[in-house]
Amino acid sequence: MAYSEKVVDHFNNPRNMGSFKKEEDGVGTGIVGAPECGDVMKLQIKVQNDTIVDAKFKTFGCGSAIASSSLATEWLKGKTVEEAGKIKNTDIVQELNLPPVKIHCSVLAEDAIKAALADYQKKADSK
Amino acid sequence: MKFPIYLDNHATTPMDPRVLEAMLPYFTEKFGNAASRNHAFGWEAEEGVETARKQIAKLIHADAKEIVFTSGATESNNLALKGVVEMYHEKGDHIITSSTEHRAVLDTAKTLETKRGVKVTYLPVDKFGMVSPKDVRDAITDKTILISVMFANNEIGTINPIKEIGKIAKEKGILFHCDATQGVGKVPVDVQEMGIDLMSFSAHKIYGPKGIGALYVRKKNPRVRIAAQMDGGGHERGMRSGTLAVPLIVGFGKACELCEQEMAADAARLSVMRDRLHATITKALEEVYLNGHPTERLPHNLNISFAYVEGESLLMGCKEIALSSGSACTSATLEPSYVLRALGVGAELAHSSIRFGLGRFTLDEEVDYAAKKIIETVTKLREMSPLYEMAKEGIDLKTVQWAAH
Repeated sequence: MAYSEKVVDHFNNPRNMGSFKKEEDGVGTGIVGAPECGDVMKLQIKVQNDTIVDAKFKTFGCGSAIASSSLATEWLKGKTVEEAGKIKNTDIVQELNLPPVKIHCSVLAEDAIKAALADYQKKADSK
Repeated sequence: MKFPIYLDNHATTPMDPRVLEAMLPYFTEKFGNAASRNHAFGWEAEEGVETARKQIAKLIHADAKEIVFTSGATESNNLALKGVVEMYHEKGDHIITSSTEHRAVLDTAKTLETKRGVKVTYLPVDKFGMVSPKDVRDAITDKTILISVMFANNEIGTINPIKEIGKIAKEKGILFHCDATQGVGKVPVDVQEMGIDLMSFSAHKIYGPKGIGALYVRKKNPRVRIAAQMDGGGHERGMRSGTLAVPLIVGFGKACELCEQEMAADAARLSVMRDRLHATITKALEEVYLNGHPTERLPHNLNISFAYVEGESLLMGCKEIALSSGSACTSATLEPSYVLRALGVGAELAHSSIRFGLGRFTLDEEVDYAAKKIIETVTKLREMSPLYEMAKEGIDLKTVQWAAH
């Protein structure tokens, strides 16, 4: 299968690859997927005053999964928590030109965003 | 060094230039139909075919009359299974095969189950991918008409105990078919010594042309009969109608002749190269697992899993090297390799597998480059892998509650 130029670019030059400390203030962590399914994404956001000031990812998965999560971190930075919740997998599919067999990668990225936001919210609420 | 580097010789092989040279006259000046009995064009073509038949038969220790030409090993497998079931259905309705066979055998068996009510036993394999002769013996019933076990596996390279299975088949009076597509021309295959009654193989895996294969059909002790699956002019002793593809057959013959002469030297060279590739990788990287048998395997095959790295992303990172992966993402099904799963390899490691297939034209520097590139890419992808990070933190990945999707 040929990959789109954008997928190749994200794969070769992943944006925001890395980790924050989970327990750090304002950090929300989402881990989705399963090793036996062939993809696991960890997506983290750092929130200050309701705005995502930084985001990081680590992904075990195919090139499209890596590209989807890399793109997600790019999009998350600068968005408010509410805006971040509106990112849809179809936006990722469109931006990366993902073929039908790779749509699940974008779904996983949306799930990872939602999971990170939920984790952030939970931590904020428990304070 | 020329790029991309081809290390996928289980999928297909480049044609040997000597094979092409032998074929060329049969496209133009020697274009006759081998079945034309009344003129020189036909005789010339027939002579080319009969020479090839002898070359092919010699490689597998058969008689030239026992070679039936087909379009390839898939057709040979179909013809063997369907042809035997149709011919011997009054004797019984049970066949035995193994769970790691090629799709051409497994799907043919499935078709026979659903369309002809045949009962099929799919034998399990051990952790190295080997079929146990004892399991074969235990699966035999008084209704068993065929045993079909592959010579060597196309993914993991494990070589089955064919001679022992052949002996059991002979003892019980059951026909034994062997899909030897990956074995013929790579390691010695002897249908007499191994007790094989029917055998599928093809030219393009042994530096010959695509589109031509053969089914060996034993002529005596016992005389095997199969029902033709293609109706027409009654070519190939009535077992496979269709005008013979003379240039392809000539190429197939030449390819077999070259294998007979060079197989031993090729195998010796490639196994050293393969072992060096394996050693270089395992020396540089932790948690690399060999899939398949440590010793009973094809000399040019290496199949390994790199924990915490997904196979397709690894291939993407090594795009100047042609390799294959058992990862689901390289198939349309999203299921990882059924062969690796049959060995008991966990799904996560099946997703992480890479198959190297060296060949006659593989160079030392190509293998060294591949090792270096694989090591670099695995290192990079592990840095990117949340699983590697968790494992480094001392988290047992097996105890994590994953949300399967």
